[in-house]
Amino acid sequence: MNSAAIPSRPPATRERRSTGRYSWLRLLREGLGGQLGWSPAWHKSAPRPHYRVVIVGGGGHGLATAYYLAREFGIRDVAVVERGPIGLGNVGRNTTIVRSNYFRPENIRFYDYSLRLWERLEHELNFNAMVSQRGTLNLFHTEAQRDLFTRRANQMQLLGADAEPLDREALRELVPLVDLDNGRFPVLGGFLQRRGGTVRHDAVAWGYARAASALGVDIIEHCEVTGIRRNDGRVSAVETTRGTIAADTICLAVAGHSSQLAAMADLRLPIETHVLQAFVTEAIKPVLDVVLTYGAGHFYVSQSDRGGLVYGGGIDGYNSYAQRGTLPMAEEVAAAALTVMPALARLKVVRQWGGVMDMSMDGSPIISATPVRGLVLNGGWCYGGFKAIPAGGMTTAHLIATGTPHPLAAHLSLERFATGRTIDERGLGPFPYAH
Amino acid sequence: MLRIECPWCGVRDEIEFRYRGDAGAPRPAGDAPAAEFIAHVYERSNPRDWHAEWWLHVAGCRRLLRVERHTLTHAIRSVVDATDAREEPG
Repeated sequence: MNSAAIPSRPPATRERRSTGRYSWLRLLREGLGGQLGWSPAWHKSAPRPHYRVVIVGGGGHGLATAYYLAREFGIRDVAVVERGPIGLGNVGRNTTIVRSNYFRPENIRFYDYSLRLWERLEHELNFNAMVSQRGTLNLFHTEAQRDLFTRRANQMQLLGADAEPLDREALRELVPLVDLDNGRFPVLGGFLQRRGGTVRHDAVAWGYARAASALGVDIIEHCEVTGIRRNDGRVSAVETTRGTIAADTICLAVAGHSSQLAAMADLRLPIETHVLQAFVTEAIKPVLDVVLTYGAGHFYVSQSDRGGLVYGGGIDGYNSYAQRGTLPMAEEVAAAALTVMPALARLKVVRQWGGVMDMSMDGSPIISATPVRGLVLNGGWCYGGFKAIPAGGMTTAHLIATGTPHPLAAHLSLERFATGRTIDERGLGPFPYAH
Repeated sequence: MLRIECPWCGVRDEIEFRYRGDAGAPRPAGDAPAAEFIAHVYERSNPRDWHAEWWLHVAGCRRLLRVERHTLTHAIRSVVDATDAREEPG
C-alpha cells in the first residue's frame, strides 16, 4: 500500500466513546479493510465545570478507581485529571511484577484479591494486558530463612493463596542459571507462587483508560492540579492548569507526590518520597521463565517478552524527588545480580531509570478518608503499587461510593498510625528509608 | 553519588554515610500531648525542596551530621555536626 492510500482516522467525538469490541475477527476485518475502523482507545476530554468525583492522577490506581466507580458503583460523573499523558508515570515505570506472597494476613487477603482480579482482567476489559502467570520464585539461603518462608507459605495456604516449596533439584531444573552453590550464600531451596508473574504495565493503563472512557469517565490529560479549594472543612474544587473544576469528592492517586498534593489541603502525611531504580539488559533468548527473587540481598529479575532481563533492588535510601537513580545502588543491585546468576555478567545494561515512591511509615499503602471531608487518599504504595492496581482501584472506588472502607482495605486507613495498628510486614519501625 | 563535606573528615562519598532521616521534626517536650508525639513519629513534611536530614558518618568519624540537601537536585548547602545543630529551632 502506498502512503497516499492511507486515510486519515475519523475524528473522535463525545458521542462516540465506545471503541467497539476488540477480537481476532475484528482484527481480520480491519486488516482487510485498510484499518479504517479503529478509533482512539480513550476519549481525550476537556474539563467540565463540575464532577461528582475528581480523581487526581491518571496512573494505574487513578484509572482503575475511575473504572470501578463507573462499572461497580454506577458513578459515571467522574473525571481523571493527569499532569502529563496517560501511562507515563509510575504505572509505566515499574518492573511489572504481580504476586500475593506476603506474611501479614491482611496483606495476603488484599493482594490475593488483586491477583484474582488480574486473572480475569483481560476478559473484563477486553484488552490484552499480557497477564503472564509464570510464577514468582523466592530463594532462601539459610535454615532460619527456610523457617520464615515456610511460615509465610503456611499462612498463605491457610488463606487460600498458593505457595509451594522447591528443593535444590527442582531449582536446578527451573532456574539453571542460578548459582546454587555460591560459597557465601548457597541456595537451600525456594518457594514458588505459581499464580504470580508479570503483566504488561502500559497495557494496564491503556486498558483501564479505554474501559473507563467507554463508560463515560472523562480522562483529562495535560491538566496539572495546582490547588485544592475547601469550604467549611470540605473540599469544593481543584484548581488546575486548565481551570477550576468543582467536585463533591476528590481522590488523590498520585503516589510519589502524595505529600505535595496533600499539602495543598494543609495535610501532613506519614510518607517520605524516595527513588527506586530499575534496569533492563540487552535482549537475549529465553533464559528465565519465572520472576526470581534473591534471598540474601534485595534483587528481583524477570525476562520480558522482548528478551531483556528486567531487574531491580531496593530504594536509593534518602528522600528524593529526582526521577533518576544514583550509582551506589546501581552497583549494589548489579552485585546481587551477579551473585545469584553469575552468567548475567556477560550482558550489557541498555536502560536504567528511577521513579519516585511514596514510602510510608510502616511500608504499607494508605487507602483512606482524610481529616478533610470529601478528600480520599490512595497512596503510600512504597514500591509495590503495580500489583495492587485492581484491588486498590476497587477498594478506593468502594470507599468513595459508599463512604465506608472496603473490608479488604479497612486496615489501610490513615488512623492506623495514631492507634498503633501499623501494618509493618518486615517489622522495621517508622523509618521509610528502611522499608 | 552524593559528596558530603564532613566537618571532621572533609569531602567524602555517600557510601561512607548512613541516612538517618528527617532532621526537621524536633522531639516534643516530655509532657506534650500524645497527638504531638504521634505527629513527631509519623508525619513528615516531605518537601520537594531543601530538606534538613541526619547522616551518620559510619565509615569515618562516626559523628552524626545535620545536612541540608535539596530533594530534587541533590545539592547540599550545609553540613554541621549534630551537636552544633542542636540549638537550632526545627
